[in-house]
Amino acid sequence: MLLIKNGRVLDPASQTDAIRDVLLDAGRIVNMGENLSAPAAETLDARGQIVAPGFIDLHCHLREPGQELSETIETGTRAAARGGFTAVCCMPNTSPVNDNASVTRGIIERAAAAGSVRVWPIGAASLGSKGEALAEIAAMKEAGIVAVSDDGRPVATARLMRQVMEYCGALGLPVIDHCEDASLFAGGAMREGVQSLRLGLPGIPTQSETICASRDVEIAEMTAGHLHIAHMSARGTLDLVRRARQRGLRVTCEVTPHHFTLTDEDVRYDARYKMNPPLASRSDRDALIAGLADGSVDAIATDHAPHHPASKDVEFDRAPFGITGFETALALGLTELVHPGKLSLMRLVELFTTGPARVLGIERKIAPGEPADLTLFAPDHRWTFRAAESASKSRNTPFDGREFRGAPVAAIVAGRIVFRR
Amino acid sequence: MLLRLPHLLGVEGLTREQIAFILDQAKPFQEFQRHPLKKLATLRGKTVAIAFFESSTRTRISFTTAASRLGADTMALQAEASSLSKGESLLDTVRTLEAMRPDGIVIRHKSSGAPAFVAERLEIPVLNAGDGMHEHPTQALLDALTIRDRKGHLEGWNLTILGDIFHSRVARSNIHLLSKFGARITLCGPPMWVPRELEALAPGVRCTSCIEDALANADIVMVLRVQTERLHEPALAPGDYILRYQLNEKRLRLARPDALVLHPGPMIRGLEIDPAVADGPQSAVLEQVTNGLAVRMALLYHLVGSASADAPHPAKDRSNASD
Repeated sequence: MLLIKNGRVLDPASQTDAIRDVLLDAGRIVNMGENLSAPAAETLDARGQIVAPGFIDLHCHLREPGQELSETIETGTRAAARGGFTAVCCMPNTSPVNDNASVTRGIIERAAAAGSVRVWPIGAASLGSKGEALAEIAAMKEAGIVAVSDDGRPVATARLMRQVMEYCGALGLPVIDHCEDASLFAGGAMREGVQSLRLGLPGIPTQSETICASRDVEIAEMTAGHLHIAHMSARGTLDLVRRARQRGLRVTCEVTPHHFTLTDEDVRYDARYKMNPPLASRSDRDALIAGLADGSVDAIATDHAPHHPASKDVEFDRAPFGITGFETALALGLTELVHPGKLSLMRLVELFTTGPARVLGIERKIAPGEPADLTLFAPDHRWTFRAAESASKSRNTPFDGREFRGAPVAAIVAGRIVFRR
Repeated sequence: MLLRLPHLLGVEGLTREQIAFILDQAKPFQEFQRHPLKKLATLRGKTVAIAFFESSTRTRISFTTAASRLGADTMALQAEASSLSKGESLLDTVRTLEAMRPDGIVIRHKSSGAPAFVAERLEIPVLNAGDGMHEHPTQALLDALTIRDRKGHLEGWNLTILGDIFHSRVARSNIHLLSKFGARITLCGPPMWVPRELEALAPGVRCTSCIEDALANADIVMVLRVQTERLHEPALAPGDYILRYQLNEKRLRLARPDALVLHPGPMIRGLEIDPAVADGPQSAVLEQVTNGLAVRMALLYHLVGSASADAPHPAKDRSNASD
């Protein structure tokens, strides 16, 4: 039994914003109210802190099985807990690819044994994510996947995307697409623009993302499936999502903390600034923030992509794409969005909780009977992030040494404190 | 006076004063090239690592000769023969070279930013001999020396650069350099090689795809090599390039009568430049080559020469880089 006292409960589902006590028992929330007492319970004083539903990350890479030099389910979920997450959805681009039920079961078993937070695998859309034949999607669903994606690359062809969308529509699984046009992307290392010309780095035009997203929206219209656009980086993609919704299509999207924080002007010859999609223009970044505020964007997702140091400590154009993200996501949201007044605290919480939950077709709220997954954070705590202290096996983040206002203080999964600051 | 420059990574970060100082310092080395005995003892006992991760003839020979005429020894690494082809990382390769205690390293690499990457990780001065599509600072400096010699000064010229600007590190370094001296710079070539965003690279830059427009009133015409491999992606017929963009005598007459013609080499006669122009009185192509030696000797003298035990170490003096 755990009693969380005097916290400011922020629950987007019920629009609760009040000082409340929350009592947890046997993995469930059993009561929420004022001045609760439970003499037998362990007490956690949350005075001055926010008590929110457990954060969900729709997009991360845990690198297990097969890439354990960069991350494992154990280290990755420990980093996730330190970031305040209580559930993370891991992408299938492991070795082997999670394209069949036995890999899915392996991930879930490993997470149960060694994981700090809940791990909800995402299955590949195609076998080996090769863009040819459909993966064993129904069998993976029975084993526990929550969505499908060929992340790392787009679902290869319009024809395959149509099949995947039709099939997953019937199975009730969202299809998460990494939108990219291969021929426009070809060999690119950063967003095409003045900065890419200045640095002499091969550019990736915005249209690489929008052309693929446009294809996907058209296919959503053909199929009545649920399209979720991963790590959206461009104003044009956001416009496509808004128009698709006006047409009544089931289209959702996510934005990463680095895309709402940094722009291509921040890029230097340092592979910690290299990710895919690349950092976009200032106008794209501002459009994404507007979309986060007005409800057009459904979720903040980290795209936590660990790479072991030797693989990133190379020439910029030779380095792999991706940065770590679990431990800085909430702090960036508070520092970059809430404190400057661009987003309300409630909206930020929504983007980490009910927003991603809705994408997955589940509920997320603080109410008796619900799973006891909660995230506690101190919205004004000032601290400096040190990558060297991260729980992740990797250190590839441009936010090393950054000063933040706001920090996660506890992650509670099924009533158990898995992280406490 | 000291140059107070820990590395030479690009022209963009140099001040006008630093550029003028380098050119002034190159002056005596220019005259030195006419001496019958071309050997100094200035850098005797020093070693310069010449690490070319991308094939090159003229720049490599120029740097090697410059070091040798200053009395320095060189250790050469060539991409084809190096351990890079065995999968060794750039970092491991340069650290291995550094362990042999050179006093400076000259790097040519096909990845933009590779010299900056190395400079952050080594303790010795790094000289960029051309990195990807980023910069080729010694080329721009030798071009500036040639312009100053031929035209008296560097200020306020109309510069026209012809060719594949997008892929050209020579163009970028020259744009940065001459823009600092108030040049009006016109970039001209097939539109896919001259993206309009280049106008934001430095003050005074404009782009056009019309060569007649580009050449009007030009004081300096810089012709870039058309890399034949680029003609294939995306495909551009060589005949089309010649028709629209080759610098020939008729077109050169659109420029100022005393316009100077430069080419960084290697030159493909009959493609980007008509032989009559390349060999004509306005061309300074061979002076550029000789000036390359002078500029590189001046840079090695100041960057490698100052790295002695009793002088302040350049790498530890980075705060003064913009002095």
